[in-house]
Amino acid sequence: MNRILAVMKKQFKDTLKNKVVLLQFIMFPVIAFVFTEFVAKKSDEIDNFMFVAMFAPIYAGMIPLVNMANIIAEEREKKSLKMLIMSNVKPYEYLIGVGGHVLLLCALGSLVMAMSGGYSGAELFRFVFIMVIGALASLFVGAAIGIFSKNQSSSTAMATPFALVTSFIPMLAIFNENFSSVARILYTQQISFMMADMSATNFTWDRFAIIGANMLVFLGLFIFAYKKVDLKD
Amino acid sequence: MENVIVMEHVQKSFDNKQVLHDINCTVKESEIFGLLGPSGAGKTTIINILTGQLKSNGGDASLFGVSCEKLTHEIHENIGMVLDDSGLYARLSCYDNLAVFAEIFKVPKTKIKDVLEKVKLEDALKKPVSKLSKGMAQRLVIARALLHEPKLLFLDEPTSGLDPSTMLEIHKLIFECREKGTTVFLTTHNMEEATKLCGNVALLNEGVIVEYGEPDALCRKHNTLKTVKILLKNGREVELHGDSSSAKAIGDYFAENSVESIHSSEPNLETVFIKLTGRVLDE
Repeated sequence: MNRILAVMKKQFKDTLKNKVVLLQFIMFPVIAFVFTEFVAKKSDEIDNFMFVAMFAPIYAGMIPLVNMANIIAEEREKKSLKMLIMSNVKPYEYLIGVGGHVLLLCALGSLVMAMSGGYSGAELFRFVFIMVIGALASLFVGAAIGIFSKNQSSSTAMATPFALVTSFIPMLAIFNENFSSVARILYTQQISFMMADMSATNFTWDRFAIIGANMLVFLGLFIFAYKKVDLKD
Repeated sequence: MENVIVMEHVQKSFDNKQVLHDINCTVKESEIFGLLGPSGAGKTTIINILTGQLKSNGGDASLFGVSCEKLTHEIHENIGMVLDDSGLYARLSCYDNLAVFAEIFKVPKTKIKDVLEKVKLEDALKKPVSKLSKGMAQRLVIARALLHEPKLLFLDEPTSGLDPSTMLEIHKLIFECREKGTTVFLTTHNMEEATKLCGNVALLNEGVIVEYGEPDALCRKHNTLKTVKILLKNGREVELHGDSSSAKAIGDYFAENSVESIHSSEPNLETVFIKLTGRVLDE
């Protein structure tokens, strides 16, 4: 446990010193807040939660994926991961430490978004819960990409297109019917549907089944990568 | 003294190329052992096998009596490493870099300042690693390796590319470690460093240990010419071999009061290596 905490603390300190990464975590909550306060709340035709509901799936689909991949790839490239593993940190302990850090920051960002959208009580809980589930799914893909990448450039090259697909397809589906039929099977689309109506009746089992199926596929990809690649190489 | 490292008939090949052939060596407790060889000789491969990063294709390698392929948590806690890559966190301060490992090894945080003082980095406590010079970064890597007071220290080319004064400071640290009972396994291609630091050395060439023993003993063993160099007051240099006619000539030079200086010229590790392999160490 001390090794997981050591990795997590190190990662928080590193993120605070890395303005680019820090900006990625706070960018969407800040944009959602600004649009809600200065556009949605000033208009009678736009719901207060509209921008939050629009940005939330992008946040859950993109930020954990790209960051998890980049953190692992950077540590592999700079051999700091090798030093950790040589110091008896197990690869799974490292991944839990880094993943926990990413998930916690996403949960905080989601909380800010939920509060900007004016959610409270059970709705706020549901909002953060579904965002954390979505972030966890993205985290598995990001971890798999990070493990497969030997350096940051290759992780960016792999993670960015994937993140663009998962995060922007729900938005494109609003404008194009063809996209919507594909988007339905994506976890981010289901998150988007749930964000549009936060009532308990909209949190149906079939939505969770699609998210669960996505997560299983990503988990499988992650396990494959974890078993195939020696992280200290 | 207990054997800390034992390698018996260790072999390693990558694809179809054999890089280590029948490696045998023993390192005793509190010993500074040097593995000398040019780049590509197989020094890092040996360290990787000993630290469990690589599996050998044959033979046995063990640390503290435990096979290197089955190193336990306790063994890992007794090992410190300075490898070819620093693996430091560039954005974090010196203190924070060590804090990560203090937590992993359950070392009190107060120890961080002590170890930074030891490597003379106490003034750089809050300095990010990205702002350190190469010598300072290397001292921080050594501080990280010493933080949990390991019983065995692996130093892979610890002074490579460093200026002479930093090199001397690192040598002092290595001696201090030995004084405290730490066993040091050092790889280098600097023969002066090996002669100065090591109790025993192995000369490695193309994956084969070509010679093994105390540096002075190796030099004496290969001192076949037994020559003496005399610098005369007129500037002329005379080289004489160790026979009776030379003894007379030396006596004559002294009688004529024409000797400026006289030196015996035993080979050093570099010349021994060249003699055995035909290669130079810093290739």
